[in-house]
Amino acid sequence: MSFHEFDLSAVPVRSLNAALHADADGTFRVLEPGGRHAIAVGASGEAAVEIDGHVGYYCAGMNQLATVRIRGNCGVGVAENMMSGKVVVEGDASQAAGATAHGGLLRIDGNASARCAISLKGADVVVRGSVGHMSGFMAQSGRLVVCGDAGDALGDSLYEARIYVRGQVAGLGADCVEKQLEDEHRAEVAELLAEAGFEDVEPSEFRRYGSARRLYNFDVNTAVAY
Amino acid sequence: MCGIIGIYSKSDACSRELGKHAAGMLAQMADRGPDSAGLAIYRDPVGEGEAKVSLRSLVPRLEWGRVSESLYEGLGLERFGEVDEAFATAVVRTEPGAAAAWVAAELPELEVLSAGRSIEIFKDAVDPVTFLERFGVAEMSGSHAIGHTRMATESRVTPAGSHPFWTGLDLCLVHNGSLSNHNRLRAELEREGTVFRTENDSEVAAAYLTWRLAAGNSLEAALEGCLEDLDGFYTFAVGTADGFAVLRDPIACKPAVLAETDEWVAMASEYRALATLPNGADAEVWEPEPGVVYSWGRVPV
Repeated sequence: MSFHEFDLSAVPVRSLNAALHADADGTFRVLEPGGRHAIAVGASGEAAVEIDGHVGYYCAGMNQLATVRIRGNCGVGVAENMMSGKVVVEGDASQAAGATAHGGLLRIDGNASARCAISLKGADVVVRGSVGHMSGFMAQSGRLVVCGDAGDALGDSLYEARIYVRGQVAGLGADCVEKQLEDEHRAEVAELLAEAGFEDVEPSEFRRYGSARRLYNFDVNTAVAY
Repeated sequence: MCGIIGIYSKSDACSRELGKHAAGMLAQMADRGPDSAGLAIYRDPVGEGEAKVSLRSLVPRLEWGRVSESLYEGLGLERFGEVDEAFATAVVRTEPGAAAAWVAAELPELEVLSAGRSIEIFKDAVDPVTFLERFGVAEMSGSHAIGHTRMATESRVTPAGSHPFWTGLDLCLVHNGSLSNHNRLRAELEREGTVFRTENDSEVAAAYLTWRLAAGNSLEAALEGCLEDLDGFYTFAVGTADGFAVLRDPIACKPAVLAETDEWVAMASEYRALATLPNGADAEVWEPEPGVVYSWGRVPV
């Protein structure tokens, strides 16, 4: 376990990722990311990775155990298929943030664009700003917490993931419905906000959305909803 | 997949090095579109009654000397710039629309890549790095430019199928995406009199804009018409005499990133193209909303 510094204007992304795989518990500082793709992908230990700037596609993909902090914006698919650990985006995230993530926490301080937490499989995604359209599409389990607004078709074809939104929802997707926010849900939101470090946000201001479970099995009477 | 770039200069210093900036951005998008590349640059505007035309030879070993003599006699040639055996630009003492129509009628061995007062278009079915060197893009100055790197999915890789597509006086279009209703729309536009050069879906989008603009629509209205009439995926960048506009389809299938500093406004398919610009790392960067027309320039769209 040691300290590594990579200037990506001078060395390829692959050298960073190889070092991250070789010293899985190390501490990494990444300079000049320049929007490059696949930065800090496939971490498998308790590494701490800090990236100074904007990153491209699939940053921190498949992350296990590691903590990755991006001091900038990120492109498509940040923390895609994350298994565990924590990924923090200090800026905005592009489309499909946290796609198919199985575990861990993805925190986004800015906004996330379309299809945030698409096909979520158990991770928690907490967004300080707003999310774009079709967020939570086909999300199976895990939690999506949005402190701002949500775009159109939120939670379309949702399975058992739970969605909490504090602001306006432009529209709900097929089979997504608003559900009562009970004490247990307020506690769940409070816990997730605390984990993300957003303690100043009031949990009772959120509304809860989930699956109406009408699309689980084909029913000719609901065919129009497909 | 394809790559798009656009840059609009807000300072003299940036304008002087516009080609260098555009070239750096386009090179970053090379792996999004390795089979063709193109650039529309807006520079050195000519006056009323004059036109700039960008020309591509459709035949091998064309004699540009003979072409320039024809242009001198037919259109009142003022300046002729031969890029290489296949490409040239000319300034003529004729209005742009009339100049383009004359070349199309009288010199069938040429394709008019653009006609206008400030636009010049260069494009070819070569990899982007070769393209940038061949046309000396890094040495160019100008007020704004849009560019494209192509990864063909819908139609053949040919010079005519590469972008930007000229869409009218000082107007052009680049497209990342694919349209699914282009055959029907092409047939409708052909009935309206449009002549198509390729089977390319993007050429149909360009022709659609040309048609809407010719019918008197503003650029913004014409672009908003795309939301109704085009079915498919698209991020468009449109170059105008005064700036450029960006539109993404309502589902936002294709990427786009915008950035602005005191020196420039720029768009690209990916941030890494913007990162090459001066102070790109410190620019305000955001992602355009789907289905919303964004535009920059001295004159509103």
